[in-house]
Amino acid sequence: MLDATTKEMKPRLSGGVINPAKTCQPIGAMYAALGIHKCLPHSHGSQGCCSYHRMHLTRHFRDPVMASTSSFTEGASVFGGGANLKTAIKNVFTIYNPDIMAVHTTCLSETIGDDIPTIIKQSEVPDGKLVIHASTPSYVGSHITGFSNMVKGAVTYLAEATMEEKKEQVNIIPGFVNPGDMREIKRMAKVMGVKNIVLPDTSGVLDSPMTGEFDMFPKGGTKIAEIVDTGNSKMSIALGSFASSDAAYALERKCKVKPAVLKTPIGIKATDEFLMTLSSNFGKEVAKELEEERGQLVDIMTDTHFHFHGKKVAVFGDPDIVIGLTEYLLSLGMIPVHVLTGTPGSKFETEIKEMLARAGIEGSNVKAAGDLYTFHQWIKNQPADLMIGNTYGKYIARAEDIPFVRVGFPILDRSVHSYMPIVGYKGAMRLLEMISNALLDRKDRDSADEDFELVM
Amino acid sequence: MALSKHDIETRKKELEKFLDAYPAKTKKNRRSHIVVRDSSLEEQQIIEANTRTIPGVITNRGCAYAGCKGVVLGPIKDMAHIVHGPIGCSYYAWGTRRNKAKTKDGEVNLINYAFSSDMQESDVVFGGDKKLAAMVDEIVETFKPKAVTISATCPVGLIGDDIGAVAKAAEAKHGIPVMSFSCEGYKGVSQSAGHHIANNVLMQRVIGSGEIEEAEGKYAINILGEYNIGGDSWEIERVLKDIGYHVVSVMTGDGSYETLKNAHTAELNLVQCHRSINYIAEMLEEKYGTPWLKVNFIGVQSTIESLRNMATYFGDPALTQKTEEVIARELAAVESKLEQFKKICDGKTAFCFVGGSRGHHYQGLFKEIGIDTVLAGYEFAHRDDYEGREVIPDIKLDADSKNIEEIKVSKDEKRYKIRILKERLDQIKDKIPLSYYGGMIKDMPDGSIMVDDLNHYETEEFIKILKPDILASGIKDKYVIQKMGIPSKQLHSYDYSGPYAGFRGALKFAEDITMGFTSPTWNYITPPWKQKPILDGTVTEGGK
Repeated sequence: MLDATTKEMKPRLSGGVINPAKTCQPIGAMYAALGIHKCLPHSHGSQGCCSYHRMHLTRHFRDPVMASTSSFTEGASVFGGGANLKTAIKNVFTIYNPDIMAVHTTCLSETIGDDIPTIIKQSEVPDGKLVIHASTPSYVGSHITGFSNMVKGAVTYLAEATMEEKKEQVNIIPGFVNPGDMREIKRMAKVMGVKNIVLPDTSGVLDSPMTGEFDMFPKGGTKIAEIVDTGNSKMSIALGSFASSDAAYALERKCKVKPAVLKTPIGIKATDEFLMTLSSNFGKEVAKELEEERGQLVDIMTDTHFHFHGKKVAVFGDPDIVIGLTEYLLSLGMIPVHVLTGTPGSKFETEIKEMLARAGIEGSNVKAAGDLYTFHQWIKNQPADLMIGNTYGKYIARAEDIPFVRVGFPILDRSVHSYMPIVGYKGAMRLLEMISNALLDRKDRDSADEDFELVM
Repeated sequence: MALSKHDIETRKKELEKFLDAYPAKTKKNRRSHIVVRDSSLEEQQIIEANTRTIPGVITNRGCAYAGCKGVVLGPIKDMAHIVHGPIGCSYYAWGTRRNKAKTKDGEVNLINYAFSSDMQESDVVFGGDKKLAAMVDEIVETFKPKAVTISATCPVGLIGDDIGAVAKAAEAKHGIPVMSFSCEGYKGVSQSAGHHIANNVLMQRVIGSGEIEEAEGKYAINILGEYNIGGDSWEIERVLKDIGYHVVSVMTGDGSYETLKNAHTAELNLVQCHRSINYIAEMLEEKYGTPWLKVNFIGVQSTIESLRNMATYFGDPALTQKTEEVIARELAAVESKLEQFKKICDGKTAFCFVGGSRGHHYQGLFKEIGIDTVLAGYEFAHRDDYEGREVIPDIKLDADSKNIEEIKVSKDEKRYKIRILKERLDQIKDKIPLSYYGGMIKDMPDGSIMVDDLNHYETEEFIKILKPDILASGIKDKYVIQKMGIPSKQLHSYDYSGPYAGFRGALKFAEDITMGFTSPTWNYITPPWKQKPILDGTVTEGGK
């Protein structure tokens, strides 16, 4: 497995990527648009992108992922895709009848410079229907950037400050996380008694139930009226600076909604901060129910600390998730030895390095805009006891025989994960169970008969 | 199950009704891509195919890059396939098609790697040639591939990067073939353009570049258009080798530069997927005189027929006898087991909508387990795949596809051989499909529906009209269909199962399909409280 990967690390000067730890913007935009109720995402480019993005999301969620495309041909690529988008808008509203189309772009339409707002203005959009857009050039950032751009696009087009005084409600931008996480974030806000608008919200869309009928626009998704109303909220909490802060700042600029950028609430510390932010801004005490959950989590952490304490962990994935995870791993007494994201941005390295320094950990590898080839080489040179990352990590886990916990996007080879949270105290418990199980399964597998333990 | 004339008319009316939901222009277009099979008509039925996708209809199609790198080049395991573009194109073609490959220790196997130039904004502005050249150097030095391919993606053509020049310079520098493929996603109208582009370069640069003049074994063949999804080609090769054939190369499942370069030594080329590889098949015949035979190793009967046709071609009694022995042995191993599955599947109906060849191939296998295909189609096939190669002279290239290069090859003076004498050729041409493919339509019963570039709306509407018991399609459709309570079988990825080709594959397919029907999970869709009233009491007539 991956036999051509060498232990010796030669300098990589080309700037090319071998086995990426990121993908391109539009898939993030498509995912964000699916978190709007009765919205059809639209990919303005050649149709290959749209098929790939639908395919990939479908494989992660095992649920239908609908989106349309402008289906560029060579002619449109040279002379502009205006006619394609106009035809698409007419067809989409006639045939599929969404309430809103959310258009994103690809490297094709960005390179030729199609002026989307003008094309939308010239299009036949039926009364009461909406078309919004976000520029999502694939050659900038990653899928996380695309998610961020689409959420920003949604509030820029739709949010309005219509009231004199702000409402006692919070906008929560959950970031590029699973529907299971969005449900958990909503539950926590509800238990706290804070009225909230979660945008985008793919719960009820990409974890929809089997009823025997296919519903092209499932029950879930943030309603358009709610998106409009985000302009009236007292504050926005952006969970994960890479995926969510831009939209929160856009709301501040457009509607004077106060922004707070927090970590994705993975682990005990980041969850504490999330709840305390809600508590202090809305004058609500942290609910007993959540305090009890926190206590349960600490109880488990203490009960099982000998399962994982001091173990070396290699972790990769999307920046907001990896930042949260790293903080949690540190709070468990584990040692993150390799920390990598494919998404560019110096903030990642700064934050991780600060955390490691505070914990007194030296000599770890930390990299943004890295790839899994580098990550694998790091492991060859400095082995880890555990690896955490998305499905693509399984090749390295097999090659190096490392216990592997699947977290993040995409997970293509296991199911149920998208229904279960990794955020909040509940999610932290689940992560802890996954980590412990992986390590103990390995211990069981490797131990001699006479050392095989019944109680662990 | 053929329909009567009256029922065919009814079906046409139903079709007309749901087409009314389209805007006028879309309706006119889509009508010409849908045919209700009616063999009583005097003229051959024509389907419009290989034309541009209508924006916004929710097509299943992909792009030329997917057809070139994803389908044809990607499976070649000892070459480094570098994608020049932003990261997505490389990422999505990384491990997602199940073209299996294995190598012996020490041989190059790059099947689990993705190489991308990861174009950034500055590369779009100032050009990405230099970065690409550096990337090729890095990959060649690190991975020591037998050859390198460079695939273009959408922005490459627009910004004018000269990947041909980069390839040429790299080739001179490193002394291995470095080939460029201008398979920008917007070329043509679908994956099909990418097949053509890949075929052209492989023919010009790889096939026939080997030194060997004679194949190393008797009855030397190539298997063309077989990508070893889920191990298909290994199962086919198992049987062929048992009979005594020498497989020179497979294009391109588990393929290698090392085998492809000697493909000119084969005596016969088998064509499994006509759409993706017929270009190379034709050019091999032109250049080396090697005829091609359309085969179909999907389904027991098709496999037997293909094996017998091969024996007919070689005309060697010993080979024929061995063929029959192997057929008898393989048949005995699967026949009775297939019957078991047939008991459950019998009388059911299917849709079979797959890329550019399986839409036809699987109809026979479905039939063998008792399932009638009531609707079939392709994403990106051409009229010859639907109607047979006899219509090729009538096909007009439209504006969207005319920029796909057509290359001409000529007789290789040294290597061209008449493999089979003209008289014998004429004799057997009536019996076996030599250099011919009859297309899908001839095998479809009256009243069944043939659709090109089926979209989401039509999928839902056709399900309402035809009420199929199972749909064979791809990942984007799968969960849509299952949500309706209908089993769905992926015929691109085989739902991570397989092989489905050959004798054992047919059995595996039957087992998987049967599992799809018999899974207890279907029984739980409606909650019990919706099946009977929860409150005790009697319901009287009229609700009073």
